Amino acid sequence: MNQNQLIAVVALVLVAIVIVSGAFYTVDERERAVVVRFGQVVKHDAEPGLHMKIPFLDTVRFYDRRILTMDAEPRAFLTVEKKSVVVDSYVKWRIIDLPKFYVAVAGDELKARERLSQVINSGLRDEFGKRTLRDVVSGDRRKIMEILSVNADKDSRAYGIEVVDVRIQRVDLPPEVSQSVYRRMEAERTRIAKELRAQGAEAAERIRADADRQREILLAEAYRDAERLRGEGDARAAAIYARAFNVNPEFYTLYRSLNAYKESFKSKDDLLVVDPSAEFFRYLKSPRR
Amino acid sequence: MAWNEPGGSGGKDPWGQRKRDQGPPDLDQIVRNIQDKLRGAFGGRRGGAGGGGAGGAPGVGGFGVGIIALVIVGLWLLSGFYIVQQGERGVELRFGKKTVVTEAGLHWHMPFPIEKVEKVDVEAVNLFTIGYLINERTGVTSKVPREALMLTQDENIVDIEFSVQYRVKDAQEFLFNVNDPVKTIRQATESAVREMVGKSTFEFIITEGREEVAQKTEELLQEILDRYRAGIQVVGVKMQDATRPEEVKAAFDDAVKAREDEERLKNEAQAYANDVIPRARGAAARLIQEAEGYKASVIARADGEARRFSQIAVEYARAPGVTRDRLYIEAMEQVLSSTTKVLIDQKGGNNILYLPLDRIVSQSTGSSVGPVNTLTPLPESGDPLAAAARERARDSRTRGAP
Repeated sequence: MNQNQLIAVVALVLVAIVIVSGAFYTVDERERAVVVRFGQVVKHDAEPGLHMKIPFLDTVRFYDRRILTMDAEPRAFLTVEKKSVVVDSYVKWRIIDLPKFYVAVAGDELKARERLSQVINSGLRDEFGKRTLRDVVSGDRRKIMEILSVNADKDSRAYGIEVVDVRIQRVDLPPEVSQSVYRRMEAERTRIAKELRAQGAEAAERIRADADRQREILLAEAYRDAERLRGEGDARAAAIYARAFNVNPEFYTLYRSLNAYKESFKSKDDLLVVDPSAEFFRYLKSPRR
Repeated sequence: MAWNEPGGSGGKDPWGQRKRDQGPPDLDQIVRNIQDKLRGAFGGRRGGAGGGGAGGAPGVGGFGVGIIALVIVGLWLLSGFYIVQQGERGVELRFGKKTVVTEAGLHWHMPFPIEKVEKVDVEAVNLFTIGYLINERTGVTSKVPREALMLTQDENIVDIEFSVQYRVKDAQEFLFNVNDPVKTIRQATESAVREMVGKSTFEFIITEGREEVAQKTEELLQEILDRYRAGIQVVGVKMQDATRPEEVKAAFDDAVKAREDEERLKNEAQAYANDVIPRARGAAARLIQEAEGYKASVIARADGEARRFSQIAVEYARAPGVTRDRLYIEAMEQVLSSTTKVLIDQKGGNNILYLPLDRIVSQSTGSSVGPVNTLTPLPESGDPLAAAARERARDSRTRGAP
């Protein structure tokens, strides 16, 4: 009897625990909860904390209150000039209207992601199809992201979703196009290299030519000045000679000639064939005149 | 795992896991000790009051259970103590609702399952890399081309490696606003840097624009994260490398070499110029100096000779005949005494005279027999005019040379 009583008490306590624990649920700061009774949403705006529900009848489903990420698969899109680009994008979204969300996608987050991805992909296709690669990569990138954000947000409100941000993470060229870009970059570098070398040669030639010109001018001017100096010297010398020699030209001729003879014939190698009848040998034959 | 990331160590668990890892053995030990003590006390008492009957047993048992329950409750309450390390923030949640944020020190929260605490490191600076990976054990970096290669405004592809440093700015925002903050910052960074690179030209990025792109990326990244209210502060975006892709390395290296070649060619030419011009200046100076020297020497010689002549002319005027003869004879003496001579009396008859001129001449080393007939003075240093002529002949020779 005592034993049976104990068993009964324990069983009662267990049942009580089950019921009580079924009557409470906690909502984390990071979560939203929806309470569903017979397939109907009865409560969806529970603040974080401890809440009550009817055990067994109510089921609680939790959803993330935080900003979620939908990382779209990289996909190829065509730009207006029919260039293919691979775009990797992501969407930051958040559930704001839980009942709508619960109804629209049957509370399935995966479905929500799928829908978002569809919206974004069609948005990207439209926006990329209107623009050139250059615009997509640089100028209109932010604009595209803004347009996509606004459109996606508008579309998703129906599902109880707020799109916080749509961002293009990467815009890449397909591998084979990348290769041709590399070839172009190489060609460009080759052009630059050629240009640089040629410019170097040009500059070098200019410098050399300039140096040569300066040298020529320096030497020519020096020659000019040197000749002028020599001329001045010669002129002065001539004047000095003339002034001195004009005093007695006849004697000058004699004096100068004799000096010249002395200078001309002073080597044993000089052979003179002399007629002894010359005036110089007058006394060689006879001491008398 | 988001709460694990900023702390960087697996042991830091906001659910107080670490504490409870240590907790159970201690708890068991303590409970067992207490139980042993209690049993000893009961046993003693039972022995002492043996005749008390069965009626006392439930009361004593109830008392023992009560003590056990008290101890358990006490321990349960004790488990609410937790320590927040320097640089950390503890966020307390009561049934999942945040209540207070605690700073470093010892704190107490209502024990599990009522309250729990999540700790976030808000001072540690975390780092992640894009475009490359660092092996933490070896420190070796390896490339991640998928992340590193990006399109520039001028449709070139640039290879960028950079690192981002961040820390948690607001523990609550970090915990409660974004699902996966670490993945979010990575994605946002890639998006931001590609947007900035897409706005710049290739040349700009690989040259002077590197800092600027990093700077703008940092600003944009912070803006994006603030829009998400992710509670993350970007400390720095550092561009480790911004360069050409590996595929076009050869061409780029050649272009760099070409730039060096350009400089080299210029320098070589400049070296030539630096060699030639001073030499030319020197040569020019030499020409001038020589000419100056020539001028001075010609004038001096002329002056000297003129004076000499004037002196003699004065004496000649006094005694012309004698002086004339004396000068003539002296000159002849000097001439004939120093030369080879042959005397031939032409009036003596018509004998055929054989002069072995060739033999006589061959004794000398090819010097001319010109003086026999011509008395033109050969250039010699004594004659200024002749010297001048020779000087000029040399000039005209050298002038031809460059």
